[in-house]
Amino acid sequence: MKKMFVIVASLLILAAFFGVMAMTLTFGSPKVTDMDDYFLRHGQEQTGSNNECTAVVFDFRGFDTLGESTVLFCAIIGVSLMFRKIQGGEEHEDE
Amino acid sequence: MRMSRIVRTAADILYPAILIFGLYVVAHGHLTPGGGFQGGAVIATGGALVIVAYSYKEVTGWLTKNVLMGQEVVGLFGFIGVGLLALAFGQVFFFNFLAGSGSLFGIPVPYGINPGELNTAGVLPLMNFAVGIEVWGGLTIVILYLLSGLEKEGC
Repeated sequence: MKKMFVIVASLLILAAFFGVMAMTLTFGSPKVTDMDDYFLRHGQEQTGSNNECTAVVFDFRGFDTLGESTVLFCAIIGVSLMFRKIQGGEEHEDE
Repeated sequence: MRMSRIVRTAADILYPAILIFGLYVVAHGHLTPGGGFQGGAVIATGGALVIVAYSYKEVTGWLTKNVLMGQEVVGLFGFIGVGLLALAFGQVFFFNFLAGSGSLFGIPVPYGINPGELNTAGVLPLMNFAVGIEVWGGLTIVILYLLSGLEKEGC
């Protein structure tokens, strides 16, 4: 009974939250557009890149891409560590 | 676990095409949709195709893990190195010092619609190439590790 109450209450709160979001925010016309306008107006001249996504990802947010590359590197090191251990164990059994 | 001759021939023909298309996506990252990550993933699918068509042992004869790991390391350190290169020109870390300078990748680009020149965008193509090489090596080495169980099936 208590569980049902908690579930219903959380669902109601979620519905109210998303309802408020849907009521107050309008799709396609954000309220604060300073940064978007700056990227769109000056990105081509400042970075020389016609592709605005690349201009943002590699130039304006270069640190983000650096973190992404590092995360990929660490993930692959983890995968290779895990599989190397399994293969080593199997080789030990074969001997 | 070798597939039939038809599949192997198709893989032989398709692998260079996939490689060229992936490198095209990487090289045109600053003009068309795509970039380093996407192009590297495309090239990694070529590696997966070859690994599936041939046996694991045949492929690891020339697609070695050391080379792929070296590619990954070269890509990541090349990316950081391009960022650090801006310090040598008296700018801050990750500054696009080549854009609009008139030298390599330095043709100025006007605001608005233009046909798109490959020789633009400063350090962005270099960073795209670095990330592309890294993702190429990284995803291919993950596929190699995940498919390494194929040799234990004994067929």
